[in-house]
Amino acid sequence: MQVHKYDVVIVGAGGAGMRAAIESGQRAHTAVLTKLYPTRSHTGAAQGGMCAALANVEEDNWEWHTFDTIKGGDYLVDQDAAEIMAKEAIDAVLDLEKMGLPFNRTPEGKIDQRRFGGHTRDHGKAPVRRACYAADRTGHMILQTLYQNCVKHNVEFYNEYYALDLLTVEEEATREDGSTYLQKRVAGVVSYDLATGELHVFQAKSVVFASGGAGKVFKTTSNAHTLTGDGMGIAFRRGIPLEDMEFVQFHPTGLAGLGILLSEAARGEGGILRNSEGERFMERYAPTIKDLAPRDIVARSMANEVREGRGCGPDKDYVLLDLTHLEPAHIDAKLPDITEFARTYLGVEPYTEPVPVFPTAHYVMGGVPTNIQGEVHQDNDHTIPGLYAAGEVACVSVHGSNRLGTNSLLDINVFGKRAGTYAAEYAKTADFVDLPENPLVETQALLDNVRQADGTERIAAIRKDLQDTMDANMQVFRTGDTIKKAVKDIEGLRERYANISIQDKGKRFNLDLLEAVELGFLLDLAEVMSVSALGREESRGGHFREDFPDRDDERFMKHSMVYKDETAEMQGIKGLRFDTKPVTFTRYQPMERKY
Amino acid sequence: MSTEAVEPASKIDLAAVGGGGGEIPQFDITLRVRRYNPEVSEEAEWEDFTLTMFGTDRVLDALHKVKWEHDGSLSFRRSCAHGICGSDAMRINGRNRLACKTLLKDLDTSKPITVEAIKGLPVEKDLIVDMEPFFQSYREIMPFLVSKGHEPSGERYQSPEDRERYDDTTKCILCAACTSSCPVFWTDGQYFGPAAIVNAHRFIFDSRDDAGDMRLEILNDKEGVWRCRTTFNCTEACPRGIQVTKAIAEVKQAVLARSM
Repeated sequence: MQVHKYDVVIVGAGGAGMRAAIESGQRAHTAVLTKLYPTRSHTGAAQGGMCAALANVEEDNWEWHTFDTIKGGDYLVDQDAAEIMAKEAIDAVLDLEKMGLPFNRTPEGKIDQRRFGGHTRDHGKAPVRRACYAADRTGHMILQTLYQNCVKHNVEFYNEYYALDLLTVEEEATREDGSTYLQKRVAGVVSYDLATGELHVFQAKSVVFASGGAGKVFKTTSNAHTLTGDGMGIAFRRGIPLEDMEFVQFHPTGLAGLGILLSEAARGEGGILRNSEGERFMERYAPTIKDLAPRDIVARSMANEVREGRGCGPDKDYVLLDLTHLEPAHIDAKLPDITEFARTYLGVEPYTEPVPVFPTAHYVMGGVPTNIQGEVHQDNDHTIPGLYAAGEVACVSVHGSNRLGTNSLLDINVFGKRAGTYAAEYAKTADFVDLPENPLVETQALLDNVRQADGTERIAAIRKDLQDTMDANMQVFRTGDTIKKAVKDIEGLRERYANISIQDKGKRFNLDLLEAVELGFLLDLAEVMSVSALGREESRGGHFREDFPDRDDERFMKHSMVYKDETAEMQGIKGLRFDTKPVTFTRYQPMERKY
Repeated sequence: MSTEAVEPASKIDLAAVGGGGGEIPQFDITLRVRRYNPEVSEEAEWEDFTLTMFGTDRVLDALHKVKWEHDGSLSFRRSCAHGICGSDAMRINGRNRLACKTLLKDLDTSKPITVEAIKGLPVEKDLIVDMEPFFQSYREIMPFLVSKGHEPSGERYQSPEDRERYDDTTKCILCAACTSSCPVFWTDGQYFGPAAIVNAHRFIFDSRDDAGDMRLEILNDKEGVWRCRTTFNCTEACPRGIQVTKAIAEVKQAVLARSM
């Protein structure tokens, strides 16, 4: 058994992981594990921008940004966290600039800003220019800049090391009132080296999860093939709750049929959506800010146009993103990559033809619950000393039930920095927790089971059926019946998953084996998403129930918390336990959400 | 620079502009893949797969079809699947490209489509190469902003013209398509290679950076820019459309200007 010892181990090398590593690496002995190479992470696919109220091109302030974030999340946002994010956004942008990020500039040389969905002047009066950007490759530039600074600071990376387990121990602890409970503590991470097939133990005082989202639960998605929710799945299997998993964001403008992202910046720069009648339909759904309404509203409006027969194309199953009224030079300067995608993948010339688009699964608002220091909660009352999470894997919760565009690049920078800083500070004062006696036993069993399995089912077939049912039943519109269908299908897929076999039995670069393990995480997460959605009998943000079309603050102004618990049952599903957590309010009272 | 867009019409006649879409054609291809797995055999060999594919499919879709439906042991790297993560650079019909950006319909499907690992880096298994030598060269050119003097307390400015000067080379996704298409790199693995020079260029021509001299010193080495023979393979291979050879030429000129 190969054991490595670090003060801090970070799992994931996207924006959140590398932002954490830059802080942690300068304070403590730090290692970063990634299942890819750092520059392959999906932060690099983010396009449009990162919002901060710099007020470089028009009046703005971070209080307006806070309000927009909370309203955008349909009031399920923890308001203390949103305030921190909007306030620290300004330094987060300036930090990146100092690290070398090549932002687009105004004629005076200031960082330029543009409009984005749901970001408004003075509490919803009109769209505001708040998104700092680098053409339509802002995420690429953030990922590259953070990696460059990791190189500068000699951050130690373990590339193509998959995290497969979190090592925790439980100790009896006493509450103030004298009662006792089991306190989890973190001891390290188990990791699989793709090149050799060997398992490694990384013992650490602090562990930071920054492993990204789980978009591959769906078929039509903007997410990378590798976004299989590993971090969420590992935490869940170790008894850590998952918060608000019913809330998934569907980005309005995925390339029709492919799901490849076309940035909201296309609409921020003046692009509009049209139906088969050539009508700019968003004027009907969001009269004030129209095409720049938040993503949940635009995605639903598009799906509704298609449902009511105003879709385009031979199957009338998409709408059009129209950029034809924009100057080609403006498109080339501000939107070069996404217009290239339209040309490459659909053969459409955006200068002269509108681009076929339809909503695509984009972002998981829920995740591993943390406080504003990035510390992970083991339940509503207690955090786990030394365990941190940041970015899409986490739920702090700044996005509530619907994330605003650009707030994810912001989230990874603000909370990545916080998690890295607090993880290193904690490691300075803490001792190593002793490793469990056989730290590899469960991971080894998991891998052996897959490798030796001689069933008849193929991984890819099960994954396809999972993605099909999630697209059909858990997308923009949901009802009790469709969700129940998804839950039932997932149960069936679990049975099939017990009867798999893989063909690659080797040790070297065995991606066949890892795809099987990843499918296990996807099945767990799809189930938690669906069962959580079933319980939430209301419509809020990204979760829209046609059988309960209104928001119901009385019953549901609270976070969903789902635990893996063999002794419990939730919505008739054994092995899951349901709880809720109050939403943190500071100064904004819930209002009706209109744009 | 924020230019106000023209306010679009609330309603237009779609027939006049036309919309994309239509019937997607289907066709058969032969995918000929260079297989190598030292756990099985020290010899690499070609293996053919006959597949039915669609007009919108890319080479990556064909590789996935093999892996998911025919032979799970076929190994290749991929992630984002739309040309931004840089994982799936490979040699397709003898040319370096990203598998996720190469549409099958743009290739000659009447003949077998050959797919093999990029050249000049050690092959680990099938289409997977050891990327470490590539990233080692990248790290050696100091790929990070170095600014001397006091850190600005507020926002630092840069004119749009200064920003534009190095725009092209900021597009690099480190996929290695350029470096592994370079004949000099094939015969001399010590050569920094186009990608490292592109990333040096990105900082040398950034008005905020103060370490240009040090990078030029590094690239003036015998394994530096002077090894470039201007064959333009790198420019042709770049999936991001970076003018790689031009960037190398600009670095050469900067080295000369410095020594005068």
